[in-house]
Amino acid sequence: MSGHASTYEPKYAAGRWLDKRLPIVRMGADFMTYPSPRNLNYWYTFGGILTLCLVAQIITGVILAMHYVPHIDYAFESVQRIRRDVPFGWLLQPMHAVGASMFFFAVYIHMFRGLYYGSYKAPREMIWILGCMIYLVMMATAFLGYTLPWGQMSFWGATVITGFFGAVPVVGESLQQWLLGGFSVNNATLNRFFALHYLLPFVIAAFVGLHVWALHHAGQNNPVGIEPKTKKDTLSFHPYYTVKDGFAVVLFLLIFAFFIFYQPDALGHSDNYIQADPLKTPTHIVPEWYFLPFYAILRAVPDKLMGILLMLGAIAVLFVLPWLDTSRVRSMRFRPVARMFFFIFIFACFILGLCGAKSPDDMAFTVGERVVNGESRLIGLNFVWLSRIGTFLYFSYFLILPILGLIEKPTERPDSITKSVLGDKHPKPAVSG
Amino acid sequence: MQNEQVEEGRRDFIYLATGAVAAAGVASVTWPLVAQMGKAADTRAAGSIEIDLAGIAEGSQLKMLWRGKPVFVRHRTPEEIAEAENADVSRYPDPQTDTERLVPTPSGEVNPKYLVMIGVCTHFGCVPVGEQGDYGGWYCPCHGSHYDTSGRIRKGPAPTNLAIPPYEYISDTVIRVG
Repeated sequence: MSGHASTYEPKYAAGRWLDKRLPIVRMGADFMTYPSPRNLNYWYTFGGILTLCLVAQIITGVILAMHYVPHIDYAFESVQRIRRDVPFGWLLQPMHAVGASMFFFAVYIHMFRGLYYGSYKAPREMIWILGCMIYLVMMATAFLGYTLPWGQMSFWGATVITGFFGAVPVVGESLQQWLLGGFSVNNATLNRFFALHYLLPFVIAAFVGLHVWALHHAGQNNPVGIEPKTKKDTLSFHPYYTVKDGFAVVLFLLIFAFFIFYQPDALGHSDNYIQADPLKTPTHIVPEWYFLPFYAILRAVPDKLMGILLMLGAIAVLFVLPWLDTSRVRSMRFRPVARMFFFIFIFACFILGLCGAKSPDDMAFTVGERVVNGESRLIGLNFVWLSRIGTFLYFSYFLILPILGLIEKPTERPDSITKSVLGDKHPKPAVSG
Repeated sequence: MQNEQVEEGRRDFIYLATGAVAAAGVASVTWPLVAQMGKAADTRAAGSIEIDLAGIAEGSQLKMLWRGKPVFVRHRTPEEIAEAENADVSRYPDPQTDTERLVPTPSGEVNPKYLVMIGVCTHFGCVPVGEQGDYGGWYCPCHGSHYDTSGRIRKGPAPTNLAIPPYEYISDTVIRVG
C-alpha cells in the first residue's frame, strides 16, 4: 500500500521465511512508518476516528443481528427486547444507534477539513472521489438501518425515501415496487433492507481500503497545502500520529460515551418508540439529523422530480469539485476570499439543517403582523423561503469556486512545511533524519 | 502465409462467438437475480376487499388497508359535495371533475355521497389527514400538500390528485375494491 522505501527487516528466521512468501508483516510495518507531513493538526485525526467508527458499527451490528428479527410482526419488539432483556443489550443497541450519529458527525468534520485545506485537488482527486463514494454508501446504510427498528419514523421514512424512485419518469412505479417487493413498504421490504444493511458496511470497508491506498500513493495533504520537499518535512506515522490520533480518539469517545450512557435517545426521534402503523402518518416526519440539510433542499422546490434532482445534485456536485476549484493554491489559509465563501457554505449547511427539522410553513422569524380579510397574518420569513436561501448559498459555493480560482490573489505561502512550523530558525540537527 | 490469414479469420470468429455465448449466459443468470426482488405471487394475489358503505355515518371517513395501502371511504356532507361539484377545475394542477372521480352505482348514476380514494399522498406516500388544510379536504403533514373535498390537489408539492382505486358497486351500498 505504501509508496515509500521499505525499512522493514525481519529479525527472526520465521519472519524472514514469511516475508519471502507473504510480506504481510512488511505491509503493516511500512504502513506504520509511512512518512506523514509534520504539520498535521487535530482536524487530521478524523480519518483514524472514522476507522474506529466503522469497526465499532460492524462489531455491534453483527451482535445486534444475532438478536434482531427482520419480520414486521417481531422487529419492533425484538429491538425493545435487546434493550431490556438481552445481556448488555442496553449498552450495545445504543452503541450502534448513537454510533451512526457519531460516524456522521466525524465524517462531516472530515469532509469540511478536506474542503478547507483543498485536499481534493491534484493529485488527490481519487482520494476525494472514493471518499464521496464512502459517504454515499454510508447514507444508504444509515437509511436502511433506520428502517429496521420498525417504529413510525422507520416506516414512514422508508415510505418517503422509496417514494423518490416513484418520481422517475415512465418506469418510476415499477421501479419503486421492485425495490419494495410489493405495492407498499411491507415484510419483503424489511427483509431485504436488513440483508442490504448487513452487506453495505463491508462495501464501505472495501472503499476505505481503496481510499487509504490512494492516500498513501498520492501522499497526505497538510494544512499549508505544500508538498513535502525534504525528509525534514515529514514524520513517521508511528509514533507521532498514532499518539496524536489516539488522543483525539479518547476525546471523541468521551462525547460518544456521554450519549450512550446519559442520552441514548437524544439523537433519535421519540415517534420511533411507536410501532409502525401503515394507516397513520406521524404529524411531522423528519429524517435523522445527518440528512436534514438534504431534506430541506428536497422541500425547497415545489416540484417533486425537481426537488429530488436538486437534492441528488447537492451530493453529485461534490464528486466534480476537484475540477470546479480552479485555484492552484490548496489551503484556504492563503485564500482570503475563498475562505469567506467556505464559511458561508458551512453556514448554509447549518441553515439547511435547521430548515429540514422545522415544518415548512412555520415562520423562521417575524417582523410584524398585518390583518388581511379579518385574519391576522405574520410578516416575516417562513422555513420554505429560508431553505430556498440556504439552497442558493449551498450551490453558489460551487459556482463561485471556478471563477474565484482565476481572479483571487492568494497571500504569500511559506517555502516549505518545516518553515511553516519552525519559521526561519534552523531546526536542531535531527538525530536520525 | 495465406494459410495463416485464414486461420486468423477463423480465430476472430471463435473469439466473438465465445464472447457472445458467455454474455448471453451471464445475462440469463443475472435476470433471475434481479427479478426475484419484484412482487411475489402471494403479494400479487392479495385479493380484493368488500366495503359496506351503509355503516359509514355522514361526515365521517372509513380507512381500510388494501394491498398495504390505506383506502379512504368518505361519506361527504352536502356542503362538501357542493364544494367539490361547483369548483372551477380548469386551473387546477390536475383538472378532473368530481363526477370523473366517482364510479357509477348499479343504477348507472354516480353517488356523490361516497368518495373512494387511495389514502396515499401522491408526493411521497404519506397518509393525508382528513378535514384539514386550506380547502377543507385532506392535508398531508409530510410536505404540506392540500387536497380539496374531492381529493384533488390544490396546493403544495404533490403532482396529482389522490388516486382512485379500481372498484365497483356490487349493490347500492356495497363496493368491492381491487
